[in-house]
Amino acid sequence: MKIISELHKGTDLVLSAEGVNRSFDGFKAINDLNFYLAEGELRTVIGPNGAGKSTFMDLITGRTRPDGGTITFHEDDGHDIDLTKLREYEVNRLGIARKFQTPSVFNNHTVYENILLSLNRPRGVMSALFYKPTKKDLEEIDVVLELIRLTDRKHDLAGFLSHGQKQWLEIGMLLAQKPRILLVDEPAAGMSDEETERTGELLLSLRGKHSIIVVEHDMEFIRQIATKVTVLHQGHVLKEGSFDEVSSDPTVKKVYLGRQ
Amino acid sequence: MTNKLEKSADIGVFIALIAFTIVFPCLNAFTAEGSAMHVSGFQLSVWGKYMCYAVLALSLNMLWGYTGLLCLGQCLFFALGGYAFGMYLILSIGESGDMASLPTFLNWDDLPAIWGPFFSPVFAVGAVLLVPGIVAFIFGFLAFRSRIKGVYFSILTQALTYAGFLLFNSNETPFGGTNGFTNFKVLFGADVNTAAIDQGLFIASGVLLIGVYALLTWLLATKFGKVQRAIRDSENRVRFSGFSTTHYKVFIFVLSAMVAGAAGALYVPQAGIINPGEMLPARGLDIVVWVAVGGRSSKFGPVIGAILVSLLKSYTTQVFPEYWLIILGGIFVFVVIFMPDGVVGLIKKVIALMKGDPEEIDENIEEETA
Repeated sequence: MKIISELHKGTDLVLSAEGVNRSFDGFKAINDLNFYLAEGELRTVIGPNGAGKSTFMDLITGRTRPDGGTITFHEDDGHDIDLTKLREYEVNRLGIARKFQTPSVFNNHTVYENILLSLNRPRGVMSALFYKPTKKDLEEIDVVLELIRLTDRKHDLAGFLSHGQKQWLEIGMLLAQKPRILLVDEPAAGMSDEETERTGELLLSLRGKHSIIVVEHDMEFIRQIATKVTVLHQGHVLKEGSFDEVSSDPTVKKVYLGRQ
Repeated sequence: MTNKLEKSADIGVFIALIAFTIVFPCLNAFTAEGSAMHVSGFQLSVWGKYMCYAVLALSLNMLWGYTGLLCLGQCLFFALGGYAFGMYLILSIGESGDMASLPTFLNWDDLPAIWGPFFSPVFAVGAVLLVPGIVAFIFGFLAFRSRIKGVYFSILTQALTYAGFLLFNSNETPFGGTNGFTNFKVLFGADVNTAAIDQGLFIASGVLLIGVYALLTWLLATKFGKVQRAIRDSENRVRFSGFSTTHYKVFIFVLSAMVAGAAGALYVPQAGIINPGEMLPARGLDIVVWVAVGGRSSKFGPVIGAILVSLLKSYTTQVFPEYWLIILGGIFVFVVIFMPDGVVGLIKKVIALMKGDPEEIDENIEEETA
């Protein structure tokens, strides 16, 4: 907490990770990682394979636990919540939504049902048994469908969507949760150039309303959306800055860009 | 459109089940013995048992077909329900004063403490639901919280039912050992060997089947049912949508165990016997075969599968008894390879082909996401 107050005076942080370590069988996937995300910021995280990007996402969302360090979520009302003690669904209910690398939607449900299940309504067993969608719920679903351009596929099974549409549906499912933080893992993977560009536009339009972390490989895409880029290398932050700063940095070039 | 079709199919199923539950006992009661229309008391209890099997198959499909949890120990819950009701039936013999018919292991003047409450029919009926429910709750809570799934879950449920078998098969525990309970005389104060009891048990089995089918229909239409199927298709996504999948899985596991227990309780007086053999892992696999043959992607499939396979078993074991297991294995392999959606899936496909509707044909997209 001390470090935060010194470094980030005056900024509204939504997430901070400090001194985080995590190793698997002796391999240090995350090594003394410090990371701060400001309210409404769109951050891109890049790094070579094995840099710890996915592990970092897992740590934030409660899928794995750190060996040491703190990961803190800063609520609107000033409360700080330690994420390392919570289970996935508890983290999610705080308003931290995650999109996986491979699109994971409910293939045997319609597009509409996919969004319906994602709305941030009471999610206990009993409330699910006696849930009836209200008019407000239906409107919210339509808004999301419009945003991800799937209105005309509303009643089709998600399994029939194209790969790119599934990616959008999953982003839509995150938005339906009305999250404060969006963690988006390789949203442009497997998309056509046009789809990639539209995905970029979508993410840019969300900036300010949500705080977003995007993990990506596609440099064109990063150039399109990046305001601030964090480069991970061997589980540690190698460099942080604007796209141009980062891409012209010799060390970054050496570990990452140079290999392309 | 599919929805409409499903709704009319549901209504058809309900009408057929209700008609069967009413007409069959009437044929037993109101037609002369020896007439072509007459249904014997034996036939009545055979079909009553098949309906209990159908309920058991439905209970497995709640887990396997709709939640993706392949439980190989569903027979344990069935048998626990059967034993709970069997204990009541045995005590009724003693109460009626017919000490000669009591099983020899049971010392009437010094009853084991666990038998005491089973004098009460209300307690016994409660135990039919609660004992399987509690076992399922404890096991399910531990297994699901530790994220045990897939084949590991299946193997553990098989081990669980085998543990149940060992417990009930032992002569050290007061449950009748290998022989279990049989020779029931009295049910709710009435002689069990009367036509009225046969008819009553048959109707009760029919009502249970209709009730469970209705429960399943309702459940699948709720948001809970949608979450259930979402867990089957992509559990991670469900977790990251703010649902505790553990709670959902425990709930459906307990519910399904209670349904299986109720089926077991109605089965026992109609079969006239309950013994630890019902808890053998092979019995658990039988149920899986029923569901697979009938079709696990459909609501009614398990009912058809349970009845078809049981009919075939009863026929085969009379004509060439030594080949039954080979035939059963053959059916299972055939179904898995050629009819992945079972009999109902096959019928659906045929209908779709006749209509020329390609979407219906590959209705189920099975794409597992890690």
